[in-house]
Amino acid sequence: MSDVAERVKKIVVEHLGVEEDKVVESANFIEDLNADSLDTVELVMAFEEEFGTEIPDDAAEKIQTVQDAIDFIKKSTEGA
Amino acid sequence: MFDLSGKTALVTGASGGIGAAIATSLHRQGATVALTGTREAALQAVAAKLGERCHVIPANLADPEAPAALVKEAEAAMGSLDILVNNAGLTRDGLLMRMKDEDWQTVLDVNLTAGFRLVRAVLRGMMKRRTGRIIGITSVVGVTGNPGQANYAASKAGMIGFTKATALEVANRNITANCVAPGFIETAMTDVLDEKQRETILTKVPAGRLGQADEIAAAVTYLASDEAAYVTGQTLHVNGGMAMI
Ligand SMILES: NC(=O)c1ccc[n+]([C@@H]2O[C@H](COP(=O)([O-])OP(=O)(O)OC[C@H]3O[C@@H](n4cnc5c(N)ncnc54)[C@H](OP(=O)(O)O)[C@@H]3O)[C@@H](O)[C@H]2O)c1
Repeated sequence: MSDVAERVKKIVVEHLGVEEDKVVESANFIEDLNADSLDTVELVMAFEEEFGTEIPDDAAEKIQTVQDAIDFIKKSTEGA
Repeated sequence: MFDLSGKTALVTGASGGIGAAIATSLHRQGATVALTGTREAALQAVAAKLGERCHVIPANLADPEAPAALVKEAEAAMGSLDILVNNAGLTRDGLLMRMKDEDWQTVLDVNLTAGFRLVRAVLRGMMKRRTGRIIGITSVVGVTGNPGQANYAASKAGMIGFTKATALEVANRNITANCVAPGFIETAMTDVLDEKQRETILTKVPAGRLGQADEIAAAVTYLASDEAAYVTGQTLHVNGGMAMI
């Protein structure tokens, strides 16, 4: 489902105000995309809203790259 | 100065003396206001005086679910929320040795916890829009203490610490969080005092009179304005000089 990846990237672009071509799978939110800790909280909340899923705090901490986000969301919405 | 045209505000405790004055002042400066409290009739009476740009949303803040629902409703009614004034508050006075758990808990729940839940709920929209004003009405006794008010003083001191932490977290998003600390203000809360109590209080107030709700509202209006953008994490004391802190 590449659809998830597209939607995740769109949210990242919108929230962090970064160029689309910088939002690659391996991009680290804090190191590569200049996010601060509040940005990462906002991103997680935006993912939750977009995908109607809940991301617990311990899982959220592990979401550091675009790929991490895509993987987590795919896994958590699989059964649905 | 202090123009609030196009801004939206939610004022809790707007059925009370200070809250009604705050809502009226923000409204006068051009803001659209949402009034909340438990007594719908009293809220409607305030709304009737304001006319347009005014919404009434009754809610009981002792209910843990109420704050989030209230913010949702206010945002739906006004499109967004720029200013939150946490003004609702109550007292359950008594000497500590005989204070009941229930009196402690009720005061903490409404004066402090509901404020936390409201701020948590409004921050999401404010963060997104990179603008916001959070204002808590604390009290001089939150800083000085007062016999018979251990619960109330704790809730008001708690609000000051809470506001400072909030201010630090969101400062770089253009959101400010401040408190206004009234001294003794003429409202229903102080109407219960008898003549002797009044006199005793006045001996402690260099200005020689009780304060007016409008004088609290003016401080809130300043903190809500664009002009106060560089003021955050502060407590503005409005108390006729009874405590200089
Ligand atoms: N008056 C003073 O001298 C003074 C001094 C220092 C600080 N303050 C603070 O100023 C604030 C306003 O006080 P005030 O003097 O205007 O008192 P007030 O006239 O008694 O107003 C209190 C307000 O709080 C609301 N409230 C109480 N419990 C609530 C609940 N469970 N759910 C929702 N709303 C609730 C009341 O709404 P309903 O009646 O509709 O329930 C009312 O609008 C308070 O936080 C107070 O601690 C007052």
